[in-house]
Amino acid sequence: MNRTIYDLIGLSAGVMFILALKGLSHPRTARRGNLIGALGATVATVTVFFYTTDGELPLNNLGWIIGAIAFGVIVGVPAARRVQMTAMPQLVALFNGVGGGAAALVAIVEYLKLGASATTAVVIATVFTVLVGCVSFSGSIVTFLKLQELMTTRPVVFPGGRFVIAATLAGTLVSAGWVVNSLGTTPLLVLAGLSLLFGVLFVLPVGGADVPIVISLLNAFTGLTVAAGGYVLDATLLIIAGTLVGASGTILTRLMAEAMGRSLFGTLFGAFTAKPQDAAGAAETRPVKSGTPDDVAILLNYARRVVIVPGFGLAVAQAQHTVRELADLLSSKGIDVAYGIHPVAGRMPGHMNVLLAEANVPYEQLSEMDEVNPTFPQTDVALIIGANDVVNPAAKTTPGCPIYGMPILDVAQAGNVIFLKRSMRPGFAGIENELLFDSKTTLLFGDAKASLTKVVSALKAL
Amino acid sequence: MDAIAIISIFVLAVFVGFEVVSKVSSTLHTPLMSGANAIHGVILVGAIIVADHSETALELGLSVAAIVLATINMVGGFVVTDRMLEMFKGKSGKPSDKSAGGDK
Repeated sequence: MNRTIYDLIGLSAGVMFILALKGLSHPRTARRGNLIGALGATVATVTVFFYTTDGELPLNNLGWIIGAIAFGVIVGVPAARRVQMTAMPQLVALFNGVGGGAAALVAIVEYLKLGASATTAVVIATVFTVLVGCVSFSGSIVTFLKLQELMTTRPVVFPGGRFVIAATLAGTLVSAGWVVNSLGTTPLLVLAGLSLLFGVLFVLPVGGADVPIVISLLNAFTGLTVAAGGYVLDATLLIIAGTLVGASGTILTRLMAEAMGRSLFGTLFGAFTAKPQDAAGAAETRPVKSGTPDDVAILLNYARRVVIVPGFGLAVAQAQHTVRELADLLSSKGIDVAYGIHPVAGRMPGHMNVLLAEANVPYEQLSEMDEVNPTFPQTDVALIIGANDVVNPAAKTTPGCPIYGMPILDVAQAGNVIFLKRSMRPGFAGIENELLFDSKTTLLFGDAKASLTKVVSALKAL
Repeated sequence: MDAIAIISIFVLAVFVGFEVVSKVSSTLHTPLMSGANAIHGVILVGAIIVADHSETALELGLSVAAIVLATINMVGGFVVTDRMLEMFKGKSGKPSDKSAGGDK
């Protein structure tokens, strides 16, 4: 295959990627968009087997190449198929990290190969690819560990941390300059090592609630490394695809930050400004009002309007079908039922919409935050199922707390507030919720699904 | 390829990337991120190119690792995005469009 045909096919794959992103931006076309993207990636991958720079087919090391692809498919597909809905964000983080790692490895191999014959521009692109690819790799691994709760979800800050981070960053940049000047292998390995360390230090101080924003940012980073890798390899398609992801990922990161009421700058440079905080506050000993399933059923039965606020706990308990049963039961009693969906309830934006759509909850009952907030004063019962941070008034009242400034659902305006919670443990952001101690709040402890099932039977018995 | 051509491609791709996602409902943030994530798995093409160039065992070993990682990124990414979007099918398909419009 000659270069012109190869490049034209690459261009068509690039167009498919644009159509994919465009399709993914609208609910109706999203699934098709994803399939178009997959088609573009398949076309690009198949085409490369029919083109080689030395003009000889088949490719050298063909057995290794096919074996490695097969192995990647065997690992990737089952992981993607079997993952629980609740664990999807960390899987995406992991996939993003390995992509960044792949880009860094590609640049390293090409660098070893070119040696002293590389032009300065190519060496600079190589340095960029290795640096950002390694940051994306190690940073994504840390976000994975945080979301999987294999490590603390709180911001990890240690004394003098910001100096360590600044020193690591400086060391990274110096070794980058060293690579460009000396063209040696050792400097490149030092650069890779320092970049990996920087990725870890960069993500450690990020608090739980900001993790999805960081995943999105690292995703944009990986896109840019792929673009730089494309420059190193003189592969136009990689430049197009990588830049598209880098640009759209940056916008998406900003949109996500806005939806959560976070400053992007604050999230990113938290590493440099974070101060060591006191460890968890003293254990709460204040009394709370805990109720039985019957108490909850009675409150619900005599309400005229109920707003259900789902959160991560609902997803963990897989209680979406049970909550629908409860809502249907209430509706059949003539009670007005709505779901108040916070944009970032759960662990990823849109998590709750996906979950409730799975249980065929009527779309008209799903209200976005801006719609539902003005209705809370007319609401008799706000039923909060496994959510915490998204209804925590501290976001409004406590400057300096990790979620300060995030828009919340104003459940405190409702006549009664019921929390279905597993325990008194604070939410993902790791802060106490004053509303739990409010006199109009009733708590029902236990797994969301088990609690809801009991409430449903209590309600039927009334 | 000459520098100007590459810079042109880069700048145009930046603007296309900005444009295509500038109006998106928060419901779709995660699938969109995941789909974009799968697209950069196309680094697989680069990994195959360097594997083809590889002469030493070290180069081949690193490129094979790159191919494995890139494949996981690409294939896993598209599959997991499809699974997320599968949940939107059926009756919520049409009405969710309303949310995109009502999100202004």
